[in-house]
Amino acid sequence: MTRTSPRPFSVRRLPGFTAIAITCFVLLYAPIVTIVIYSFNAGDSVALWRGFSTKWYTVAAGNQIVQEATLRSLVIALWASGISTVLATMAALGTTRARNYRGRTLIYMLINQPLMVPEIVTAVALLIFFSSIKIATGYSGLGYLILAHSAFCIPFAYLPIRARMEGMDLALESAAADLYATPWQTFRRITLPLMAPGIAAGAMLAFVVSLDDVIITEFVKSAGQDTLPTYMLGQLRRAVTPEVNAISTALLALTVLLLTVFFILSGRNTARS
Amino acid sequence: MASAKPAATAHRSDSGVMERRAERERTRRNWLLSAPALALLVIGASGPLIIVLVYSFMTPGDFSGVEWTPTFDAWVQIFFTRDIFDDTLGLADAHLSIFWRSVRLSLLTTAITIVFGLPTAWFIATRPGRARTFWLFLITIPFWTNLLVRTFAILEMIRNEGLLNTWLIKLGVIASPLQIMYTDTAVLIGMAYVYLPLMVLPLYAAIERFDFRLVEAGYDLYANRLQVLRRVILPIVKPGIVAGSILVFVPSLGAYVTPRVLGGGKNMMIGNFIELQFGQGRNWPLGASLSIFLLLIVMVALLYYVRASTRGSSHD
Amino acid sequence: MRLSTLTMTAAALLATTTLSFAAGELNIYNWGNYTNPDLIKKFEEKFDVKVTLTDYDSNTTALTKIEAGGHGFDIVVPTGNYVPIYVEKGLLLETRPDEMENFKNVAPRWVDVPWDMGRHYTVPWQWGTTGIAVNKKSYSGDINTSAIFLDPPAELVGKVNVVPEMSDVMNLAIFYVGGEACTEDKEVLRKVRDLLVAAKPKWQSMDYGTTDKLKNGEYQATVNWNGSTFKARQENPDVAYGYPKEGYPLWMDAVAVLKDAKNVENAKLFQNFLMEPENAAMISSFAGYANGISGSAEFMPEKMKGAPELETPEDLQAAGQFLPVCPKSARDIYTAIWTELQK
Repeated sequence: MTRTSPRPFSVRRLPGFTAIAITCFVLLYAPIVTIVIYSFNAGDSVALWRGFSTKWYTVAAGNQIVQEATLRSLVIALWASGISTVLATMAALGTTRARNYRGRTLIYMLINQPLMVPEIVTAVALLIFFSSIKIATGYSGLGYLILAHSAFCIPFAYLPIRARMEGMDLALESAAADLYATPWQTFRRITLPLMAPGIAAGAMLAFVVSLDDVIITEFVKSAGQDTLPTYMLGQLRRAVTPEVNAISTALLALTVLLLTVFFILSGRNTARS
Repeated sequence: MASAKPAATAHRSDSGVMERRAERERTRRNWLLSAPALALLVIGASGPLIIVLVYSFMTPGDFSGVEWTPTFDAWVQIFFTRDIFDDTLGLADAHLSIFWRSVRLSLLTTAITIVFGLPTAWFIATRPGRARTFWLFLITIPFWTNLLVRTFAILEMIRNEGLLNTWLIKLGVIASPLQIMYTDTAVLIGMAYVYLPLMVLPLYAAIERFDFRLVEAGYDLYANRLQVLRRVILPIVKPGIVAGSILVFVPSLGAYVTPRVLGGGKNMMIGNFIELQFGQGRNWPLGASLSIFLLLIVMVALLYYVRASTRGSSHD
Repeated sequence: MRLSTLTMTAAALLATTTLSFAAGELNIYNWGNYTNPDLIKKFEEKFDVKVTLTDYDSNTTALTKIEAGGHGFDIVVPTGNYVPIYVEKGLLLETRPDEMENFKNVAPRWVDVPWDMGRHYTVPWQWGTTGIAVNKKSYSGDINTSAIFLDPPAELVGKVNVVPEMSDVMNLAIFYVGGEACTEDKEVLRKVRDLLVAAKPKWQSMDYGTTDKLKNGEYQATVNWNGSTFKARQENPDVAYGYPKEGYPLWMDAVAVLKDAKNVENAKLFQNFLMEPENAAMISSFAGYANGISGSAEFMPEKMKGAPELETPEDLQAAGQFLPVCPKSARDIYTAIWTELQK
């Protein structure tokens, strides 16, 4: 076999891949930039520029309903992504490393089921189901929303973890076991670090999916439990104002700030160790 | 599998029993690990679907809900409709064209997200250490913004007086604005944008585990790039593509917000059609039977897909 | 460490939202972007009651949720034609607004309404018409006709929007061909279907959000509500509102107290509060519709007084009528035509 290419071919830089990736990032951020720009719109439209103004930030700052809805969205997303990621990780451990066993396909189907039904259907079913519980117990807190969100977030958390673990090298695990590591040690030191990128991807997806949910939330929410999406759904029929752009921009700024801090801190940690 | 050869294994039954016991133990552990997730799903998603199944065999109530008179009407109505005017039973071509549009747009969306998502995930996964986390966050940040806000931002970009058309005209590429809004193209753009992270993240998770030094060292084995693609890259990305395709295709089938806002609501997709039955149409049983029907189709497709993909990977 | 702080904050918030700490409370369930926050503030201060506002986006969602129970709402604001359904299902409390102190302010026209004769359950919120909005710059002909969207003039082809409200659109079309609301007459409905199917290719979209898109000229005409058109005209003076002479729907949203309300007394206070002209004016100045309370006009902003969207011309008044909720048999046919239209 003779090699003809002048220099070693690098799989890391496949031809055209980097160009497409950069294009992809630009396309992803173009609408986001639009949102930021329109949050400074002087007019009360999300689509017609009327000059620069910070009035929507003032409006949003004075609107307690929007602030509470935003906070509520974040709280629910945090809980739901946390719960669903933990459960999905366990389920992934239980479904990927073994040879096929009885019922594995059933588990797989059950886990992916929330993906397969349009939201409105789950929403109506949950409404009927949860309402009877609400009447019976008298509890009508955020728990129902967190439960519902955690459930439909599971497949979103599970699939990236599964994709990560499929065909994962089991040699390290058995090597650890041969060295008399307890199963827990093996898990902590070997399996978990190997799974980490999948878990991170799954958790992010679950968080984002929970943050976006409209219809299930609309049907499950009790009095005073509007999230940002259901608040906006109510506006959709009349007029959506740049107020939501202002809130999104503020949230975006906060995210970027938190991430920057996170990167600086974690950078220092790695430098020290 | 275990019951295949009953008598022949008698002479080594001891080890056979032990092996079987260990196997059973493993199966039990695997079930236990999956149990909490399954319990939550049964309470929060699958269990309540039984209500939907029951409803699909009932008569629509006067204003909402159902009357408890069992009937198969809702199931017949999926495919056949009684003509409003001459009362003959005919094929429901309106329903079929709605189904077909949904499947077509969802498949296209999946294809587009693969075309953009694969190189992006590859790019992220091949960054060194901390930069990788940075790029990963960079891809998710746009999605921390609410879905409706994002959809409106896309609307602002592609409408006739929007940014895209304004710039294309300024640059002299086109003379009059492209009508993108209120077309299937707009729906496609919107869905591809919304579902992109659902493709990128599983792909990233699959690619990242790969040791690229091995591939580069082993590159000598293969003569050309096509072979590299087939023998090296495809096996790496395959599980990611499978997971990503499920995450993109299935939710696009039931998409609701994007067709309504960007497609202008002129043409329904299955999601809107089912919503119509639960909402303004107030025919809950038909909405219920349509949902169960959709669920069955997707399940069969998924089952086939999973079977095919596991068979494929066991050969490698 | 950081994560656990977040979890704790989350837990704290979870705990506080389930506790009820205010002595006086009122939970209102209303259409989104429809309630003046100043009105709520005024009520809260006057009666020392903590008001929680929750949104819905359609009559059907609201009815479905209320019917399921366990929602925690005290007050709901359905459209008039839904009120008999609520009453029939036993969901409303008979609060007798007609015996309340401020009932004298309700305009005579709105006392004996078909959905609540003598006002035993509901108080007026706002009322309006569903008609046609046109940008006069693009089309200068007669706009008091449904032909604008059912048989668009050449100038408007491809520039018309139709709001996806099945009942409104179907009945506008039925009136146009000379039928009656909720008709099941096959000949009429065949004409309606043919008319709609033929008109659809000439439409640009079937979408909500009309106020914004009228303002910025995204489309030149649309089926629209009068208050939304009024708001659009404030920023785009070319927008005009037409009352289809063939017939158009009237509607009124009504404030009702739920049977399973926990704060009945506060809810009744709120009903009475809304019948005060000054307060009713606050509702109108926020959303842009008329309210049905005599004497409220003098508290409304100057631009609303005598606005053509809010005052129907005399010769077109007779064409407007309240739509009943159509019986199931009619609705099934309408849904089939609607599906045919959007397939």
